[in-house]
Amino acid sequence: MKILCTVKRVTDPEVKLKIGADQKSIATDNLKYVLNPFDEIAVEEAIRLRDKHQGEVIVVSVGPSDVSTQLRTALAMGADRAIQIVHAGELDSDGVARLLQKVYEQEKPDVVLMGKLSVDNDSWQAGPLLAEYLGLPQATYASKNDSLESDNEKNKVPGITIEGTTATVVREADGGIETLKVQLPAVITTDLRLNIPRYPSLPNIMKAKKKEIKEHTPQSLGVDVTPKVRVLKFELPPARKAGVKVADSAELLAKLRSEAKVIS
Amino acid sequence: MIGFELSDDQKALQETARKFARNEMWPKAPHHDKTSEFPHEIMKKAFEAGLMNLSIPQDLGGPGFAILDQCIITEEIAYGCVGMGTSMMANDLALTPIILAGTPEQKQRFVKPFAEKLKYASFGLTEPGHGSDAAGMETRIEKKGDHYLLNGSKCWITNGGVADQLTVFCTIDRKLGPKGICAIVVDKNMPGVSVGKHEDKMGQRASETVVLNFEDVKIPFDRLLGKEGEGFKIAMQTLDRTRPLVAISGVGVARAALEHAVKYSKERKQFGQPISGFQGIQFMLADMAADVEASRLLTWESAWMIDAGKPASMYSSFAKRVSTDTAMKVTTDAVQVFGGYGYVKEYPVEKLMRDAKLLQIYEGTNQIQRVVIARELLKQF
Ligand SMILES: Cc1cc2nc3c(=O)[nH]c(=O)nc-3n(C[C@H](O)[C@H](O)[C@H](O)COP(=O)(O)OP(=O)(O)OC[C@H]3O[C@@H](n4cnc5c(N)ncnc54)[C@H](O)[C@@H]3O)c2cc1C
Repeated sequence: MKILCTVKRVTDPEVKLKIGADQKSIATDNLKYVLNPFDEIAVEEAIRLRDKHQGEVIVVSVGPSDVSTQLRTALAMGADRAIQIVHAGELDSDGVARLLQKVYEQEKPDVVLMGKLSVDNDSWQAGPLLAEYLGLPQATYASKNDSLESDNEKNKVPGITIEGTTATVVREADGGIETLKVQLPAVITTDLRLNIPRYPSLPNIMKAKKKEIKEHTPQSLGVDVTPKVRVLKFELPPARKAGVKVADSAELLAKLRSEAKVIS
Repeated sequence: MIGFELSDDQKALQETARKFARNEMWPKAPHHDKTSEFPHEIMKKAFEAGLMNLSIPQDLGGPGFAILDQCIITEEIAYGCVGMGTSMMANDLALTPIILAGTPEQKQRFVKPFAEKLKYASFGLTEPGHGSDAAGMETRIEKKGDHYLLNGSKCWITNGGVADQLTVFCTIDRKLGPKGICAIVVDKNMPGVSVGKHEDKMGQRASETVVLNFEDVKIPFDRLLGKEGEGFKIAMQTLDRTRPLVAISGVGVARAALEHAVKYSKERKQFGQPISGFQGIQFMLADMAADVEASRLLTWESAWMIDAGKPASMYSSFAKRVSTDTAMKVTTDAVQVFGGYGYVKEYPVEKLMRDAKLLQIYEGTNQIQRVVIARELLKQF
């Protein structure tokens, strides 16, 4: 089985963000980057599926030349090879999906695994757009019924079940858990409770150097990535106001009604 | 040429270690500090992530990291919890004598298994009556037919209770002083080996520290490292290599304390403003930051010297002395920045201060580091 897994570098959630001087970007000086946590889950799932069904895991990323660091992390976790689409400028989810479409057409994987969102821009778009452009079935927010404390999780059993050309995906929906069957090839996006990603072990980090990273550019793939989404302005969320203590539940209810206006 | 940029590999090692420290160690550190329970789960995960046994060479199944790479990793571990870090590093301390002085057969037998499966090894040098003056040790072996008989006791042995294997230093003839010392590899299950008191420590309480007793333990000759009388040299060569790791542990602890202090100083208000607005606090933070940085560079230099095969005793003593004194000072000042809140267990900095203290004591007290430095220095001019 051939699994294509997308990874993105995101700003380290532990680092305090500053808005750039143009107010339309994040200031990049002193920024640290990590692998998008949802993509880490996708990589972990891809490795588990590969270990169970044989085959290979190909990780792909779009970004400036130094996203090779995040690709190496995915390779150190256990992915077999990597593709990097070098692009330093602005990019929206649509551009990403169109680039991935080309990679899909070249690689013809059986399944595409993606994080359900990236924690920096939080737009949740790339997966569904890619499925749409490829005309493939999609299953978003893949999760599982087992708890993350279970033996299945400890034994690194994949949460997505694949039999023949059908994948069974337990997904998180608003009302609870829903089970979908999708025909492969398909695009599956991963949610937080699908698995606990492994640490890339230090010896594997050293071995990952030897794995292949193939480079493309939007030009070489023939994709125009001029953004369709225009960023008008970035703003920090308003500073949180201090809380207040209430004497009893009656006062709480009164405040929820008259001040917060969340109940009537 | 001087360069301070880490290689991509080193950055990747650092990132993994940092993440492990932040996600696995830091949240569990208060529990193990409070209960003094050995962190079995964390050690298991650390082993799987390859964060232990950093010095086992590649031909024995390990990663064979250079000391500088080990320092980069160990700083992060110590940042997470230096008590757990001490227990994580203990294998390297105990296996280094075998890596340095063992025969190929001994390395296969006594080192390789540690790369394959989580096992613990301890380094037994110190005795109740002989700490800094380790060469005066009393634990002894004597030849009896086709084996040695080992008798005596060792104290302050890190991981001694959980250990599977012990590297023990003992004398074959006390009259010979350092020249009578031998290094042997003991299986913890051998008849006559027993674990004594578990120490109830001030800090680094996640680490296990015990007394080990040896009573007529039969040691086959093939468990001697090098020749009889080479043990002291082996011990000193080992400590030369591990000292930068204690030094960098100091940097990790100090960095954690500094981060807490900076964050807290911006939150805590007195006289109508955050205390970070007072120059008195700012100067303390500035000194803490400069000391952390300077200690790290000195330690990296000493590690680099060892990796380059240069004589590094004096430099690794510089690093150990300076960095662990930094750890003590910075953690103490962090408590000061927190005021009364720094003095209670609800806040994280008093633990760091207790943890830091040990770094000035073990693997050669900072006075002994000065002895080493002065000895070298006086030879030079
Ligand atoms: C938690 C912990 C874990 C340890 N783990 C291990 C381990 O795994 N294996 C192991 O073998 N040992 C271990 N040790 C032992 C440690 O290395 C010794 O405690 C240390 O070497 C000091 O010896 P001592 O405690 O006997 O102090 P002493 O040697 O009695 O020193 C007392 C004081 O006198 C000073 N002093 C001694 N000689 C001189 C001198 N010549 N000039 C100036 N000042 C001097 C010392 O600096 C110190 O301040 C551990 C210790 C602790 C506390």
